[in-house]
Amino acid sequence: MSARSLVVVGHGMVGHRLCEALRERDAGQTWDVTVLAEEPRPAYDRVGLSAYFTGSTVDDLSLVADGFLDHPRLRVRLGEPVVAVDRAARTVRTAPGHTYRYDALVLATGSYPFVPPVPGREAAGCHVYRTIEDLDAISASARSSRTGTGVVIGGGLLGLEAANALRSLGLTTHVVEFAPRLMPAQVDDAGGQTLRAHITGLGIGVHTDTATERIEADADGRVARLVFGRHPEGLTGLDADVVVFSAGIRPRDELARECGLAVGERGGVVVDEGCRTGDEHIYAIGECAAAGGRVYGLVAPGYAMAEVVADRLLGGAASFTGADMSTKLKLLGVDVASFGDAFGTTVGALPITFADPVTGVYKKLVLSDDAASVLGGILVGDAGEYGTLRALVGATGALPDDPARLILPAGGGAGTGVALPAEAQICSCNNVTQGQICAAISDNGLTDVAGIKGCTNAGTSCGSCVPMLKTILGQQLAAAGIEVSKALCEHFDHSRAELFELVRLRGITTFSQLIAEHGRGRGCEVCRPVGASILASIHNGYVLDGERAALQDTNDHMLANMQKDGTYSVIPRLPGGEVTPEALILIGEVARDFRLYTKITGGQRIDLLGARAEDLPKIWQRLTDAGLESGHAYGKSLRTVKSCVGETWCRYGVQDSTTLAIDLELRYRGLRSPHKIKMAVSGCARECAEARSKDVGVIATELGWNLYLGGNGGHRPRHAELFAADLDTETLVRYIDRFLMFYVRTADRLQRTAAWVESLDGGLAHVREVIAEDSLGICAELDAAMAHHVDTYQDEWKTTLADPVALRRFTSFVNAPDTPDPDIIHVLERGQPRPARDGERAALIAGTTLPVVRQRTAPTDADAGTDAGTDAATPAPGLVPTLTSPEK
Amino acid sequence: MNWTDVCALEDLTPDRGAGALVDGAQVAVFRLSDGPVLAVGNTDPISRANVLCRGLVGSRGERTVVFSPLHKQAFDLVTGECLDAEDVRIPVHPVEVRDGRVLVGPAGAARRIA
Repeated sequence: MSARSLVVVGHGMVGHRLCEALRERDAGQTWDVTVLAEEPRPAYDRVGLSAYFTGSTVDDLSLVADGFLDHPRLRVRLGEPVVAVDRAARTVRTAPGHTYRYDALVLATGSYPFVPPVPGREAAGCHVYRTIEDLDAISASARSSRTGTGVVIGGGLLGLEAANALRSLGLTTHVVEFAPRLMPAQVDDAGGQTLRAHITGLGIGVHTDTATERIEADADGRVARLVFGRHPEGLTGLDADVVVFSAGIRPRDELARECGLAVGERGGVVVDEGCRTGDEHIYAIGECAAAGGRVYGLVAPGYAMAEVVADRLLGGAASFTGADMSTKLKLLGVDVASFGDAFGTTVGALPITFADPVTGVYKKLVLSDDAASVLGGILVGDAGEYGTLRALVGATGALPDDPARLILPAGGGAGTGVALPAEAQICSCNNVTQGQICAAISDNGLTDVAGIKGCTNAGTSCGSCVPMLKTILGQQLAAAGIEVSKALCEHFDHSRAELFELVRLRGITTFSQLIAEHGRGRGCEVCRPVGASILASIHNGYVLDGERAALQDTNDHMLANMQKDGTYSVIPRLPGGEVTPEALILIGEVARDFRLYTKITGGQRIDLLGARAEDLPKIWQRLTDAGLESGHAYGKSLRTVKSCVGETWCRYGVQDSTTLAIDLELRYRGLRSPHKIKMAVSGCARECAEARSKDVGVIATELGWNLYLGGNGGHRPRHAELFAADLDTETLVRYIDRFLMFYVRTADRLQRTAAWVESLDGGLAHVREVIAEDSLGICAELDAAMAHHVDTYQDEWKTTLADPVALRRFTSFVNAPDTPDPDIIHVLERGQPRPARDGERAALIAGTTLPVVRQRTAPTDADAGTDAGTDAATPAPGLVPTLTSPEK
Repeated sequence: MNWTDVCALEDLTPDRGAGALVDGAQVAVFRLSDGPVLAVGNTDPISRANVLCRGLVGSRGERTVVFSPLHKQAFDLVTGECLDAEDVRIPVHPVEVRDGRVLVGPAGAARRIA
């Protein structure tokens, strides 16, 4: 059967979710999908739109994963809105006049902002708040503002978001709301009062119960003044030249109306439980649909509808029967949550309220008439209990005897010991229940929230349920009798971060002192290198000095990376990936002379593999003589700072990314850390250096540098998140200094920055508070620690070469220093050496069929017994035995 | 006993190993920071590379062990047992320290801790 044609009208959040769901589940490739979009860019996060004013870029907001649009059965036509549907012919026509045939049509046209019919609303400087274009226009108006004052008409959820946007654009901001309170759909009067106190405290003017009678423009047609028809304190109006209307939404149902499909009383395409319209070939989802007579203005129900339609298109029978309208968000820094029957409209409902005007907290819990179950609630100022309380809605028999305890401060919701039923939904974004989370914990032996996220997706979208996940994890582990131990290993009861503080604060300088005073035994492969790393981070200095030599894992001990056959790889530092022709030639000569396999790494370095222990100092000598130094590829330390050529060569580059990369690499080289650290600098938004996959990523902008933190590749790839935008170089370096030192101090062993950030309460926002706002008062210490590192850096190869005692370890045999390990056998492949495989070894050692040149004829008092002789035979194709060491 | 003089005690770094050739066998000799010198076969039986002398020395419970530098299995330096894989064992060599010299005997000979 050839594929059927699905046409999706609109590429907003919901339309995109449909495409994702279908592409994920349509294993048989039964649908060809065409998306016809009005907007000029693919789907983006409209919910997170205000982040656009605080540094997020269009790319950051994009919902479309890399490569998604390249799917052979998906085409997305941007800027090509549908203008008509011909139901009889089953075709749609677009504005440019193209016609598309469909077997199934999905309307996902969303909504448009409602602008109340206020006279003068067409004046320049009046805006709505829905698209990136709207934001650009608001931004432009703010820049040209003469009054410096902006007004948002509408005090709902989106209106307060818009107010936040105006405020972040530097305008004196007012909110005008027709209803007697803010967020009238989510909170009650008392909650509205509490919210109002918070918002006026931020310097935003709040005018509730206020009607805007008209908007007056100046001679140029620019809005100049709002005139009020009603104001509780008799204010006649406000002088302002930026106005944003945010007075609700209306479904974009005009296509449906024009082709004769039924629409609801208040608009919206009427659909059944399968999200199907009156025409069996046409569906409608998201804000343009009226499901059960209701238009949903939140994204979660839209996503649910998208999933239903994907299922129906593939022959399923999923249905949409209404949605949880629970909301939890942080508006202007204030927690607001509303869930279930928030207003207590159920017959006999019993409300319990708690209010603390001093701290600005208001909580309301609505109980059933028998006080046995939770119906809903409102939380303002502190929504910490949201997860528990929302999950309790509808559950019976789970309430404590005194339900008020659930919202009283001392009780502390999550800590009340309330046992949630298995079906309680914990993560509403990804529809994960308590039962699923508990099963994931016990089935996979999970011990941290990151593991729960990985197994269930819970907590990976809005993150509001993460505190709940922590609580459930703690309860589950406690019930199983598992104590989550922070102990590093059997020798220390402390975590790495605790040991770090012990060493730092008590001035401990040796591992033996540390383990004698705070641990037990001799240590092990876990705690000894951790001790070495902590001592190196704090004191810097030569990593193989004295007793510290005995702590280092072989890689740090030999200053090279051990390979599977006991040989090592050598990587000289090429800061920023830059290399002179002379250095390149020298590296080639060294590789040739020592018979090393040569490969380019992902971090813009040259890796020389197969070096014997006894050859390492000779190799370093050659490299350091030419001015090269250790690249620390063996260390839990800064590895590489990758870069593109930037504005120096590239026609798109806007900053000198290579120079910055070199400067950063030279600044942080040798810094010992809990795990490896990778960085990159891109010279423009095209991001050729792939900076967002690094722990520290820097991307040039016209104005400076955007700093991204906490990315990594590996088996759980993660994009770094934007930390700050348009920084000057000095500020950028200061932030990176502090980020690295804060990480070095507090992360767990082998915890990359991504997992570390994730493990912090508050995540990257907490990092920002610590290193940009100095909330812990430690920035000066962090700065000093980094300055100490920079001042005391030394090239470990050079130091080792100058130390005759240290050099003694670079032998295979202490009683035959010139004898190489005879069991190391390399063969040639594609003109380069590689370790011999088992069959090859057997043949080579037996010496019967293949020639092997004896390793190196050094005098020894013991024959190692692998003299395979030099008898000739035919080598296997592509396989030539080789000397493994250069002649001296 | 056919002892091989491998090096001076001072040549060994406390809590680190060194490779040595003893009657043609590759041996890893460890000087512990609290005194004893122990020797085992240098070949990691799991990777078959001659690398145990470059592993970290430590303890697992009451046992003194070396950790393979490749995949971190622990080997008891006194008995040769692998604590992380059943039925895997490395040869154990007797060691004597005489007049500041480290002497290593052939594998399997009576164990003495210097």
